[in-house]
Amino acid sequence: MRLLFGSSALAMGVVLGAGTALAVDLTVVSWGGAYTASQQKAYHDPYMAENPDVKIINDDSAAEGLAKLRAQVESGNVTWDLVDMVASDAITACDEGLIEEIDPDAMLAAAPDGTPASKDFFAGTLTPGGTNCFVPQIVYSTTFGYRTDAFEGEQPSTIADVFDLEKFPGRRALEKKPIGNLEWALIADGVSGDQVYEVLGTPEGVDRAFAKLDTIKDSVVWWTKGAQPPQLLADGEVAIASAYNGRLFSAIAEKNQPIAMLWDWQVFDLDGWVIPKGTPNKDAVLKYLMFATDTQRLADQAKFISYGPARYSSGPLVGKHADLGIDMKPHMPTNEANAKTILNFDYVWWADHRAELDERFNAWLAK
Amino acid sequence: MALPVHASSGERAWYYSFRVLCAAIFVFLIGPIFVIVPLSFNELPYFTFTPEMLSFDPDGYSIKWYEEFFTEQSWQDAVANSFFIAIFATLISTTLGTLAALGLSQPYMPFRTTIMAVLISPMIVPLIISAAGMYFFYTRMGISSTHIGVIVAHAALGTPFVVITVTATLVGFDRSLIRAAASLGAGPTRIFFKIIVPLILPGVISGALFAFITSFDEVVVVLFVGSVEQRTIPWKMFSGIREEIRPTILAVATILVCISIALLTTVELLRRRSERLRGMSPG
Amino acid sequence: MAHELTTADGVPLRISLERALLRSRIRAALLVVPLMAFLLFAFILPIFDMLYRSVENSIVAQVLPETVVVLRDWDETGDALPDETVFETAVADIQAAFKAKTLGRLARRLNYEKPGMASLLRKSGRRSLRITEAPWSEQLIKIDRKWGDINLWRLIKRESDHVTESYFLAAVDMRLDDLGAVSWQPENRQIYLQLFWKTVWMSGLITILCLLLGYPVAFLLATLPLRTSNLLMVLVLLPFWTSLLVRTTSWIALLQHEGVLNDLMVVVGLISDDGRLQMIHNKIGTFVAMTHILLPFMILPLYSVMKTIPPSYMRAARSLGATPFTAFVRVYLPNTVSGIGAGSILVFILSIGYYITPALVGGRTGTFISNFIASHVSVTLNWGLAAALGVILLALVLALYLLYDRIVGIDNMKLG
Repeated sequence: MRLLFGSSALAMGVVLGAGTALAVDLTVVSWGGAYTASQQKAYHDPYMAENPDVKIINDDSAAEGLAKLRAQVESGNVTWDLVDMVASDAITACDEGLIEEIDPDAMLAAAPDGTPASKDFFAGTLTPGGTNCFVPQIVYSTTFGYRTDAFEGEQPSTIADVFDLEKFPGRRALEKKPIGNLEWALIADGVSGDQVYEVLGTPEGVDRAFAKLDTIKDSVVWWTKGAQPPQLLADGEVAIASAYNGRLFSAIAEKNQPIAMLWDWQVFDLDGWVIPKGTPNKDAVLKYLMFATDTQRLADQAKFISYGPARYSSGPLVGKHADLGIDMKPHMPTNEANAKTILNFDYVWWADHRAELDERFNAWLAK
Repeated sequence: MALPVHASSGERAWYYSFRVLCAAIFVFLIGPIFVIVPLSFNELPYFTFTPEMLSFDPDGYSIKWYEEFFTEQSWQDAVANSFFIAIFATLISTTLGTLAALGLSQPYMPFRTTIMAVLISPMIVPLIISAAGMYFFYTRMGISSTHIGVIVAHAALGTPFVVITVTATLVGFDRSLIRAAASLGAGPTRIFFKIIVPLILPGVISGALFAFITSFDEVVVVLFVGSVEQRTIPWKMFSGIREEIRPTILAVATILVCISIALLTTVELLRRRSERLRGMSPG
Repeated sequence: MAHELTTADGVPLRISLERALLRSRIRAALLVVPLMAFLLFAFILPIFDMLYRSVENSIVAQVLPETVVVLRDWDETGDALPDETVFETAVADIQAAFKAKTLGRLARRLNYEKPGMASLLRKSGRRSLRITEAPWSEQLIKIDRKWGDINLWRLIKRESDHVTESYFLAAVDMRLDDLGAVSWQPENRQIYLQLFWKTVWMSGLITILCLLLGYPVAFLLATLPLRTSNLLMVLVLLPFWTSLLVRTTSWIALLQHEGVLNDLMVVVGLISDDGRLQMIHNKIGTFVAMTHILLPFMILPLYSVMKTIPPSYMRAARSLGATPFTAFVRVYLPNTVSGIGAGSILVFILSIGYYITPALVGGRTGTFISNFIASHVSVTLNWGLAAALGVILLALVLALYLLYDRIVGIDNMKLG
């Protein structure tokens, strides 16, 4: 009897074991808030429905992603499986050997018409800065929003207007770092968009950018988290704010705030996935990644947040907002009307000058 | 400091203006803590009094921020995490801290001052330095981003409070009580539980409460050592204030004030009991 | 030979006593050992681990292991580039590092010292694979002219030691110039000395504010009848027990642009609706909130000292003809100096290490050195600089801690 019981328990164990052998928890690190919610609905939920043995755990610490990733990999104690990063951080992580290399055609799904992944993602987005560890999901932009009730008559429409306190009085909100702000300052000062980095590469150019920022310094509120600028606009604390376009969209369309977009010289950037080197669940992560970055999934994410999918084949599939039913295409940063003037970050240039200009920027702020 | 009957008018003026000054300082101390209580019942998502609130219009008030706190999963997780971490951290720091305080109060403790200085240092070292150090070291040990890591860190931060309070109860401790008990035939265990424990118990409990509140309020270390799985109430409040400032934070703050009042009352009662037991003051 | 006292079982008394003493010493020590061991692991080692990062510098030697060796024979004080062997070794090292993906770490390290190194190394990594035979220097310089810059080689040689002083220099706004001499950073990059100074003077002012507000309250509490003072003491202890974040939140609600105080002043007519005062996200916010948060730490030590001063002192002074003011200044005040010292040092120590409150209400101008340490740990990832700033801050705090020990004695620290 005892023997029988024992063996049946063993048999049960084997059966259960077979069932759970593949059961795996994937820790996916992302930005939290509306952004993680859009990933949950477009990627995680359908994937978990198809693969009941996989459980995806969200970790919202992407803001400290690179720091924590480096600490984990250096100490050989990797607990993350997949991390959402902006391209510039992914370049650093890849250069430092913190993340796995990606072979797009082997690891990523082809487009429905058979175009291999390496051709279907926007040109160059799989290899930012010449690295090969990054799988882009979205194109997002940092751009401006303004309160529609702040100005009588003419409304601000150019980057020069943002720096023009006489014509458009009121406080501004800008991100508390030099990247982006220096470029905009130069453009507002008359430098043409394609020469920004050339000018910024000279000491006089940097001085010129700071001098332009000086003209609005006393009216600027500095933000550090993506959720702040829409809130500052909604509360009337500022009249114009730089912000991520998706956050502004949700304030305008979902929360009906009196805010309008100012797309002039929006700064394009990429956000995507990287796999930490040494993740214990590499196979499971690759399987998930293949699913989460296919054409349909990327298009689906745009139903929940107004960021442009990074695949050519996803573009035509972008439809209406899941709850509001409005057409999402005009809200995409990549939409033609919005993308008349765009600036692309020069990642390589910033890799050289970031530390130096961070210090200078902080010294300037503290003055 | 009653005013003597023969006080001059100048002294009188001084006496009353001094009282007014002190009253103003007390308002400065307490006012900000209580101003958030009515604000947390605001119907609108503002951090200030609306005209409806000021005219005591019931429509200006609402308990929806409390509802949000009690229904939103992430807040509930934060409450569970906060209590879980604080309770275990308190257990560790109280046990180790009490033992150490007993050792320190022995008459023949070698290197007493040096050891005391080391044991108190977690209270003195700037939190950001402790947090950064723990972040690197715990990651190497594989316990960062785990509950154990945060508990260990908080236990370390809480021990000075236990050491200080328990040592304080032992200062007036009459060692002849132990000798008397021993001469009457009590063994060390019996002496410990019958003599020492009742005397130091108030100190242990208030030390434990200090350790508890240290962990319960702590945010810097948990931000560095923890991850989302260990998100506590202060973490949620900190990121809430930095990102999307909603009156839910005021509701949480009000609840926390109530907890502080309960803890403070307990500690005060214990302190008086301890002083009475040791015959130090009439309480 | 003198007769020696012995115990009942024949052991000399002296030895027996020594043994007993030793036993009680060991017993006392054993009680402390568990906590010491725990703190060693949970607190002390982590701090040393971080502090070590302020001088740790193994990256260059790790990534370019052979190059550092051959560079030892090169005279960096002359004006000749290293010879062909150095270039050959460097190319081999760079190729190996590129394949092992360690070049990025070197790039980051050297870019702190010399902006432009990051792109140089990234560019050189892949292209170096093409170089398979002599002339090494010519081909490497063809990839980028900077390889022909003697200062670049000086930098590599300088940073090939396992310890470096450059993080500490950076932490005090200095750097090593191309020839390895210490010099100031360019003026528009100088920030940390200013920041340390700001942290110190703002903490000093906060301490003074706490003293000005705390002294009258402590005096009142110490002189009132026990029943009343116990009641009022609760008003001091409640803030002490209330969460730091709750108190910071309160000040945000009170001080912000659309906050309670601004609203109140608009309603009363003190200011116009357009003229709302900016009282938060600047130094004022930090001063007010920090003074409020640290005030109990001033009141409690003052109170415990004042309680021990017999009221008869003041009466004696008055009866001898002193005015109330003279009696206070000549008799009472000197007796409270130890309380003032204890409270001030405690408040100052806590203040200079503060992070949370300045981060939330300090805005652009009201932030402390701690905020920069945090940002170097988690945002810019310059851990060496974060550690160096941390060492300086820690040294400052420990010096004050020793001073506190001198004045008050750590044993006498009391809570509540």
